Amino acid sequence: MDAKVEPQRQVMRLRGRSYVAFVFSPFMPIMNWLEEIDATLAQSPGFFAGRPIVLDLAAVELSSHGVAHLVSSLETRGIRVLGLEGIEPDGLDPKLPPVLSGGRGCVVEQVEPKKVEVQPPPPAPSLLLRSPVRSGQRIVYTEGDVTVLGSVGSGAEIVAGGSIHVYGTLRGRAMAGINGNSDARIYCQKIEAELLAIDGYYQTAEDIGETLRRQPAQAWLDGDVLRITPLN
Amino acid sequence: MAKVLVVTSGKGGVGKTTSTAALGAALAQRGEKVVVVDFDVGLRNLDLIMGAERRVVFDLINVAQGVAKLSQALIRDKRLESLWLLPASQTRDKDALTDEGVRDIIADLRTKFDWIICDSPAGIERGATLAMRYADEAVVVTNPEVSSVRDADRIIGMLDSKTVKAEQGEQIKKHVLITRYDTSRAARGEMLNIDDILEILAVPLLGIIPESQDVLKASNVGSPVTLNNAGSQPARAYIDAARRLSGETVDMVVPTEQRRGFMDRLLGRRAA
Repeated sequence: MDAKVEPQRQVMRLRGRSYVAFVFSPFMPIMNWLEEIDATLAQSPGFFAGRPIVLDLAAVELSSHGVAHLVSSLETRGIRVLGLEGIEPDGLDPKLPPVLSGGRGCVVEQVEPKKVEVQPPPPAPSLLLRSPVRSGQRIVYTEGDVTVLGSVGSGAEIVAGGSIHVYGTLRGRAMAGINGNSDARIYCQKIEAELLAIDGYYQTAEDIGETLRRQPAQAWLDGDVLRITPLN
Repeated sequence: MAKVLVVTSGKGGVGKTTSTAALGAALAQRGEKVVVVDFDVGLRNLDLIMGAERRVVFDLINVAQGVAKLSQALIRDKRLESLWLLPASQTRDKDALTDEGVRDIIADLRTKFDWIICDSPAGIERGATLAMRYADEAVVVTNPEVSSVRDADRIIGMLDSKTVKAEQGEQIKKHVLITRYDTSRAARGEMLNIDDILEILAVPLLGIIPESQDVLKASNVGSPVTLNNAGSQPARAYIDAARRLSGETVDMVVPTEQRRGFMDRLLGRRAA
């Protein structure tokens, strides 16, 4: 028996699918209508980009040439027309998008384009302490500056990512710029500190000059030398 | 309304117990109903200073654990009707105290007294934190020397963070009481002066108690100095401090060296 192997024929399947398209309904004069489109585009550029657009021409009377001109002038604005509506297909340029029918209205979810909001940069964070820091207390604030309205007691410790400001006598330890911020400084109204450190460079009470003691002073990094100088 | 006052210091030996007894007696002399509570479980002293050591039957721990009633443990002073003592246990340690036990006792005492004065143990551990836990006001006792001032600063930090009042966002009222102030040494600049202490602690001054033999004498006979020798310099300073606690405005007297009389100088006798 002569068996003939028929190549299996792929059956073409047609599937329907519905999409939501924006419908543009131009009005006369066309120039004014285009200006409005331009105004919308100026407010949110790219609003129609990549979206299916259908032109409903029921309200205007345009020649085949006129329709072609309208479609191309939309195209120059980045709006690609998927199909036409409200016009007889006879006599239209076959290169134009097809004429659609059977469209149904639906609620279009207003998907606002994500606004690229220019947020002001967050203010440099700081911690304000309204009471004296007592012996044995340890304040750690790696996010930024620490300001103390009062004194820092002997045996107290302040650790800050930024600078340290003491409106009182600094008797305890102050460590500024602990995250490697070498621009951090330590300021105090009266210096009697046990230890001052900026970005890992430190000095103990012994190193602080006797002439500076009990004076308003600041500590800062000069290269890799911790300097303590009088304020004023 | 009852006030709970803790007498605390951090450092030991600065005069907490002496001050508790003296202030308690001075307030009681003003007609207020006062109880002094010894929180120094295991190392009790207040009963000795108050001269009540031979009348202790039940104590704070017994009451906290429900073994005895508060009324059984309270000891009335023999000299002052309105002065009471709640002694500590000498045989237990501070771990026998619980937060709930202290809370219930303080709440009970509040209904019976005008002033509840808690004598805190030294240190910053359980005993000291429980003594201050339910206080409305605090007397921070310090001597005019650096280590005791630094410890006082530490205690003030704890008063501002570990008390129930502080946890509720309220401020506990704090006073500094400077004890053992030696006038002659202060004159020679051998001690911290008052301004330095107040600048460091940033807390209002309640009083300055001069170093005096009268304090030791009173302790030895088991009597608060304000009762034993009310006319003495330290007693007068404590009485003024008690008036300030009651809300009176009393001028602060910085003790000065007493002039020696002619005969004293002649005989080389020391002024007390």
